[in-house]
Amino acid sequence: MNLDSTLLTALARLLVFPGLLFAIPAAWFFLWVERKAVALMQGRIGPPFMQPFYDFVKLMGKETPHRPGAAGVLMRLWPLLAMASAAGAVGLLPVLPAQGGFQGDLILLLALLEVPSMCIIAAGFSSRSIFGEIGSAREAILSVSYNVVFLLAIVSIAAAQNTFSLATLATLPHTPLRWLGVVALLVCLPAKLHLNPFSLPNAEQEIYAGPMTEYVGVELAMWELSHGLEWIAATGLIATLIVPSISTWWLAALVFVGIIFGIVLLLSVVASATARLAIDSSVRFYWQCTLIFAGLAAVIAIAAPVIARLKP
Amino acid sequence: MCTCRRKSPWLFHMNSGSCNGCDIELIAALSPRYDAEQLGVRLEGSPRHADILCVTGPVTAKAVGAVKTVYDQIPEPKAVIAIGSCPATTNVFIDSRTLDGPLEKHIPVDVFVPGCPPRPDAIIQGVAKAAAILAERAGHAKPASDHPVVIGDASGEPCFRCASEGQQ
Repeated sequence: MNLDSTLLTALARLLVFPGLLFAIPAAWFFLWVERKAVALMQGRIGPPFMQPFYDFVKLMGKETPHRPGAAGVLMRLWPLLAMASAAGAVGLLPVLPAQGGFQGDLILLLALLEVPSMCIIAAGFSSRSIFGEIGSAREAILSVSYNVVFLLAIVSIAAAQNTFSLATLATLPHTPLRWLGVVALLVCLPAKLHLNPFSLPNAEQEIYAGPMTEYVGVELAMWELSHGLEWIAATGLIATLIVPSISTWWLAALVFVGIIFGIVLLLSVVASATARLAIDSSVRFYWQCTLIFAGLAAVIAIAAPVIARLKP
Repeated sequence: MCTCRRKSPWLFHMNSGSCNGCDIELIAALSPRYDAEQLGVRLEGSPRHADILCVTGPVTAKAVGAVKTVYDQIPEPKAVIAIGSCPATTNVFIDSRTLDGPLEKHIPVDVFVPGCPPRPDAIIQGVAKAAAILAERAGHAKPASDHPVVIGDASGEPCFRCASEGQQ
């Protein structure tokens, strides 16, 4: 495979599928699914299908106040950075059977998934609003607790199958350990996506809008979009881990979208059925209840090959 | 853009010394029975995100500063709804020395939803009217119209004073 076609495939992945051209409408669609599922759970009808799109366009047309100095530049920068990295993470997902292109590996994907959360922390502090700072502090504490479990789960999956390449992982057969890892990842998702019961950072009504309190118009639209893309990247990561490898490209894409839909529905139902936990309970949940299992999985994953090698 | 503005009114709720009656009715408008989210309505925590300011209460002297600050914090284009009779006329608290109402003295009001408290359906109608006004403004910061809309005004006259006299 020569360089040109590799580059072309990489660009196609980043810009078309599962990249921007697919990901932005999909982000709106899944934001709508989330709101609709919550509404149905509460016995309401919920927003119309195009709602996230209307919200986005409306926010693009709002006036943005002039903020002088570095703080103003930073407040423009954080949402863009979050949006770009979430889009990059979506572009890395090996949905289609790999034929060249940029073979993104797991570590890069994890790093890109982490950037929006970092941006949110920085955004709250650079907005200099007291509510933003509280929200950022909560996001920082929460990300320290769920990321340990999240990373341990990923490490155990990767170590068990001896590869850090996502494309290879997607094609390898599923072991019980991988399912354990997927469950651990699922437990971390509500915290990563700021959903109930771990919706502490953006705790609506409680600390106004958390880190986003001071963000207006275009910046807010970018935050909404990056949140939608995060949804796709995070649920897409799980979808790639559980989808069996399919060689027909349209079937692979269809199954991928279907599984994301299922996970979004599941998370929305959990979010509407639960109340927000306090920060200490959330941290305790991740450090005490979940960490043991994730740690156990990682130990098994690393120890199993060693034990197998010791056997004559 | 106009369609999007009309279909996505985000509210910020501001209590300027209300008895909580109108506040309860505003929340009831978002509840399963009335479900204002069908119109794209979202109750926002921060005035920076909002399009429409919903004011309840007769505007006490202490609340004036807050009302003006919050109004200035909402980015253009914006609209204001006065929910209940208090922000429109100061209602039964008229001539109280602790008040600095009505609301129109301090910020331009686009829609009045009279009632003590108004029904949730009237509030939703008011929000829909305010959203239509927002769409008409189309990005230009214009002062509120001289004749604000009054919800439930049978005479068809869009002048608030006539309507409030008609009510009493």
